[in-house]
Amino acid sequence: MLFILLTIVFVVIRIMPGDPVSAMLGGHAPDKVIEAKKAELGLNKPLIVQYGNYLWQVAHLDLGTSMIFKQKVTSAISDKLPATIELTIFGMLVTLLVGVPLGAYAADNRRSGQDYLIRLFGIVIYCIPVYWLGLMFQMIFGVWLDWFPVAGRTSPRVFASTFEQTGLYIIDTLLINDWKALWDVLMHLVLPSLTLGLVLSGIFIRLTRANMLDVLRSDYILAAEARGIRHFPVVYKHGLLNAFVPILTMMGLQVSLLMAGAVLTESTFSWPGMGRLLLERIYLRDYPTIQGVIVIFALIVAFMSLIVDIIYALIDPRVRY
Amino acid sequence: MKHSPTAAMGRLIGGFTGMGRKYGAEWWILIIGALIIGGIILMALLAPLIAPYDPHDQAAGPQLAPPSSEHLLGTDNLQRDVLSRIIFGARTILGVAILAALISSVVGISLGMFSGYSGGTFDKTLSLIMDSVYSFPGLILAITFAAMLEPGIMSITIAVAVIYIPTYFRLVRGQTLTIKEELYVESARAIGAPNLVILGKYIFPNVIATTAVVFTMNVGDAIMIEAALTYLGLGLPPSIVDWGMDLAMGKKFLPSGQWWLITFPGVMISTLALGFTMLGEGLAEILNPRLLER
Repeated sequence: MLFILLTIVFVVIRIMPGDPVSAMLGGHAPDKVIEAKKAELGLNKPLIVQYGNYLWQVAHLDLGTSMIFKQKVTSAISDKLPATIELTIFGMLVTLLVGVPLGAYAADNRRSGQDYLIRLFGIVIYCIPVYWLGLMFQMIFGVWLDWFPVAGRTSPRVFASTFEQTGLYIIDTLLINDWKALWDVLMHLVLPSLTLGLVLSGIFIRLTRANMLDVLRSDYILAAEARGIRHFPVVYKHGLLNAFVPILTMMGLQVSLLMAGAVLTESTFSWPGMGRLLLERIYLRDYPTIQGVIVIFALIVAFMSLIVDIIYALIDPRVRY
Repeated sequence: MKHSPTAAMGRLIGGFTGMGRKYGAEWWILIIGALIIGGIILMALLAPLIAPYDPHDQAAGPQLAPPSSEHLLGTDNLQRDVLSRIIFGARTILGVAILAALISSVVGISLGMFSGYSGGTFDKTLSLIMDSVYSFPGLILAITFAAMLEPGIMSITIAVAVIYIPTYFRLVRGQTLTIKEELYVESARAIGAPNLVILGKYIFPNVIATTAVVFTMNVGDAIMIEAALTYLGLGLPPSIVDWGMDLAMGKKFLPSGQWWLITFPGVMISTLALGFTMLGEGLAEILNPRLLER
């Protein structure tokens, strides 16, 4: 998968108009200078040679050097990746905390007013573009109510350089016991993760509801009810735990939606993550960085499906590898 | 039976409520979705007639005026009328989303049918490519395409279309694999029907039905992707009126409190996407109640 995507992206960005040299030097540079620069970057070689060289590099875990800035692609990415990870983890948390309980509740009260209301909420929130929800949150909670900051990961007075350890600011601030900074970081996370999480929760409401309906129809639920176990634990313990296995499978598939949502959320909230890196560099036609970002996104998707498979086996004893 | 318009109307409404009783909420979801889409399509078609101002007119009113009786949705920083831009913007987004869905369905369905029918290495290679694209975040792929192509209607349409091809491909390929084992396909082959005839006459009619639902949902999704791309400043030149671009422009005035600039384009994007999702959802439930349970 990684190999195929890499090939597609490699070919596409090279056959399309524009190249890093003209992006860097502007349109009026003398031909000689352009040729020299191209030779320096290796862009004058045949495409197939460039491709071979690049694959060789990637196979050695080297994503190359940016063609615009003299910076290793890996270091550019490791600067930005933690921000995206932090955002997506908290977004996912919001999604699960909102989507799963609401879905389970809707299934438990099937065809009631609440059920329709929850399903309607699910459909409507799914159709709200994540960037627009972000803008509305910024306007309401940031500008009008002034409760939360609307941009960046920290306030200007909290210096990122003071806690450069993992790049995950929550862990960094905990490591140096800076509670004020931790609070600042958390406040900055509220709106972006709510935005990202709420939009994705629509899908989880539907998934949880559909799976819960299947589970609640099964014999062991009837048996549990018959034994006189109270309704709440039957539904939310016996039921939800069993419904969780298919939900988890779907979660693996939603990772790509999560990533797409994160890119847009980052742009709305000026969040210095992978999405912004991609957008900045794509204008400059910085081939190695674009390819590197794509590789990392593909790796995250693959890694998450692996994690899901592992959790799958852990929570469902019937699955053994 | 009377043949007056009122009687026909009465029968129509009777038919509607009858369907409503038969299918319950799903029918009403479908109707509401269809009404939303119909309304916005009508708005797009009649844009020159109903828009109060020219969407490019940079002297339509005062700069950044809040909604008033003269400018129902206010004006932007270039003194353009927001309502007129919303009305004309519907043309762009509907055109791009529907065209993109058409392109990806035509490409996806034909590739899926050929691939599933022919099998072998061709099928394996194509499936592998499609699966890789499918699992990757579509938006990021669309961003790459949109940024690389010259801004324009065709470029953004292609960027959006590319990411949905695997959806159709996977669906149609799977169905083709089942259908080609059916007895009627085998008998067609036995009497010597050429492969193209088998594909066109026996397989295509059987796969096309299920793609209708996917197509509707696809348009709803494509609307959000189109607006996302233009919101990020990709794909379209500034001379085209577009909701996503207006949203991005309005974002600059968010801290100073010009709420109307971001509220209305966003409401329109959501409503249009909602219309298609509701239509698709209603269709899915009515055509195949089990489809959405998964």
